[in-house]
Amino acid sequence: MSNTNQNDLRENQAIPTVDGEDYLLEVKNLVKYFPIKGGFFGRTVGQVKAVDGVSFHIKRGTTMGLVGESGCGKSTIGRTILRLHDKTSGQVLFNGQDIFSLSSSELRKLRPKLQIIFQDPYSSLSPRLPVGEIIGEAVREHNIVPAAEFDDYITDIMKQCGLQEFHKDRYPHEFSGGQRQRICIARALALKPEFILCDEPVSALDVSIQAQIINLLRELQKNFGLTYLFISHDLSVVEHISDTVGVMYLGNMVEFAETEKIFDHPLHPYTQALFSAIPVPDPNYKMDRIVLEGSIPSPANPPAGCKFHTRCSKCMEVCKYAVPNWKEVEPGHFCACHLYNDAQEQAEAEQAIPAQAPAADGKKA
Amino acid sequence: MAKKKNDGYLSAKESRRISRENRKITNAYEKARKRKNVPESEYLTTMHDPNNAVEFDNLHSYFFTDTGVVRAVDGVSFNVPIGKTVGVVGESGCGKSVTSLSLMQLLQRPQGQTVEGEIRLNIGGNKAYDVTKAPNSVMQKLRGNYVSMIFQEPMTALNPVFRIGEQIEEVLKLHDDDHRTEEQFKARTIELLEMVGIANSEGVYRMYPHELSGGMRQRVVIAMALACNPRIIIADEPTTALDVTIQAQILDLLRQLKNKTNSSIMFITHDLGVIAEMADYVVVMYAGRVVEKGTAEDIFYHPAHPYTIGLMNSKPVVGKKVDELYSIPGKVPNPINMPKYCYFRDRCEMCVEQCSGEYPKEIQISDTHFVSCYRFDGKEAK
Ligand SMILES: Nc1ncnc2c1ncn2[C@@H]1O[C@H](COP(=O)(O)OP(=O)(O)O)[C@@H](O)[C@H]1O
Ligand SMILES: Nc1ncnc2c1ncn2[C@@H]1O[C@H](COP(=O)(O)OP(=O)(O)O)[C@@H](O)[C@H]1O
Ligand code: SF4
Ligand code: SF4
Ligand SMILES: [Mg+2]
Ligand SMILES: [Mg+2]
Repeated sequence: MSNTNQNDLRENQAIPTVDGEDYLLEVKNLVKYFPIKGGFFGRTVGQVKAVDGVSFHIKRGTTMGLVGESGCGKSTIGRTILRLHDKTSGQVLFNGQDIFSLSSSELRKLRPKLQIIFQDPYSSLSPRLPVGEIIGEAVREHNIVPAAEFDDYITDIMKQCGLQEFHKDRYPHEFSGGQRQRICIARALALKPEFILCDEPVSALDVSIQAQIINLLRELQKNFGLTYLFISHDLSVVEHISDTVGVMYLGNMVEFAETEKIFDHPLHPYTQALFSAIPVPDPNYKMDRIVLEGSIPSPANPPAGCKFHTRCSKCMEVCKYAVPNWKEVEPGHFCACHLYNDAQEQAEAEQAIPAQAPAADGKKA
Repeated sequence: MAKKKNDGYLSAKESRRISRENRKITNAYEKARKRKNVPESEYLTTMHDPNNAVEFDNLHSYFFTDTGVVRAVDGVSFNVPIGKTVGVVGESGCGKSVTSLSLMQLLQRPQGQTVEGEIRLNIGGNKAYDVTKAPNSVMQKLRGNYVSMIFQEPMTALNPVFRIGEQIEEVLKLHDDDHRTEEQFKARTIELLEMVGIANSEGVYRMYPHELSGGMRQRVVIAMALACNPRIIIADEPTTALDVTIQAQILDLLRQLKNKTNSSIMFITHDLGVIAEMADYVVVMYAGRVVEKGTAEDIFYHPAHPYTIGLMNSKPVVGKKVDELYSIPGKVPNPINMPKYCYFRDRCEMCVEQCSGEYPKEIQISDTHFVSCYRFDGKEAK
């Protein structure tokens, strides 16, 4: 596969370099609220704060894992990055360019560069189209290759994804779950993307099939220099595939670092609890589990201060009132938690505590 | 075996012939099961070991479908000891659920039938019932009282239009031998909700299922399953739909409850980590058969069957870096048309010469460890 189109955008724009790094994607303070409609006239009566001020960046050719419990806003981030949702506020820079400032024709040109693979490959494949057409449809639409090369190109892409030429004339229902996911990957890859959002791509598959798909994704990344945002609730899969990991809770990113760093010594109490819950395939493993009490509050009405304070075993008085800063606690290791405040931040945070607040009683609001 | 056209599809005529034959077979099974006043002697039996709660013995459960006979469970044997947790692991379609549904006698009828083998259920007092021969009327009494089930998706077990309290009470009333009063039913229901760690039990008692989170619903389902103190609880992927933190809570709860009640758990999952955490014994299934079984230590520290080994290497483990995950080549054979030789042979990378022979028999390689694989032929534990 030729790599010429791959570079279109980069030639047009200066490659952003922050600290000399080559970031394909930068997300700055992204906010996405969904209105809650109610009442007789369908007025907006509240907001689901699905993504509530999230910042991170992904280096070109690397994979960022995004983890957190269901409903914490992972898919919403992914879909907003791809401009499948409008943003509420914030910025998404792709190759240094804010995708929300693009005109519709510029956006159309950008579309093939940003692709997506879902958890349920079946529902995202049209049952009435043969596989060759599913993979080729958008290739034709976006003139990815000259018409004369089309057939060979599709065959080549399918082979790259572990599919065979005769599969072109088959229909999605004739394939197993793992094969269908290969079809989805081929469809994405055929558009010569730079970035692929993988939203729980292996969650519905059996372990041995999971392994095949994960290996395929990594191989394609190596061959084509792809950049992934990999969303999954399976932490061991995320650890395996990611270079960096972001942990989310209730619409906020609470921690971000290189994979090894964050798994070796997670800083945020939520990350610590989440990681301690991973089952280990060793019957004599001594679990040292931090069991979280209660359940996740509603994103329509999140707790004040640190959103995790209602369940945090290390909750302090300031946590109930002051929102912790998102800061670089160690080089490349970001975290939002009052435990890592310096003296000045602590003093500022304490100002949020109301004067008549009851004496600090340790836990729980 | 049905004759197939080259493309693998059956003609309409062929399919009609198969379904006629199927009906004849399944009607006979259904008739036997629906009889009234079946003498106990027909299904009364004894446990081979009185320390077991359940013994699956050469179980065959098939589905008679229009495209042929699906041998979903094809000769499964293992025991569930009293007070222990047995983990059943294997990939989707290998027959885990059909095995457990056979114990409940809840296979989809009439096409799903247990055609061979015994499932001995220890009902105490040196008595055991073979549930495969027990008529419907007896099974209704055993379900809930002796065996109960927790499903993956709690909403399948809950009725969306009834309050939680009513639904638990209904289970209690179904098996009520003490003629309890309404107040006693409510008290017991509240007690059950508290037992499964629901703090706001009075509130939840009056709620509808949709008002609860997934984890809370699963707790309610567990309370229902425990309502009548069953001897054995089947948990079929009870945490697969839940987040890890909620999964940890539910696994904790199940462990505590088991220790309190000394019941047995048959824990079905595809997650090896969960199995390691929960199970005393592990049964590994592949294509409708048990390929390996033993204690959790046997299976995790000395996996013997190539499929078990492949499964373990396929799954990434936190803290263990590998460049590439192992992936088992090929795919599971078609359950309508199983080969005569080892079902795993076409995917096996450890084949030996004998492997082209008939399906390997079960070989005991230690006091507790059994494997069906020719690599251990002649290496039996003495
Ligand atoms: N289209 C939508 N309209 C309204 N609310 C939504 C929509 N999509 C997601 N949400 C809400 O936003 C929150 C985050 O959802 P999501 O991003 O799907 O979480 P995750 O992918 O982490 O499970 C949830 O509370 C969800 O109900
Ligand atoms: N109602 C049914 N009709 C026909 N085949 C069935 C039915 N239920 C299960 N099967 C087949 O039986 C086999 C075992 O299924 P199951 O026990 O559900 O697997 P799992 O190990 O995933 O729980 C599969 O091949 C499945 O397709
Ligand atoms: S800010 Fe406070 S409540 Fe929040 S995670 Fe840190 S210690 Fe816990
Ligand atoms: S019997 Fe042979 S083919 Fe089957 S699992 Fe063992 S080594 Fe592999
Ligand atoms: Mg999601
Ligand atoms: Mg199942």
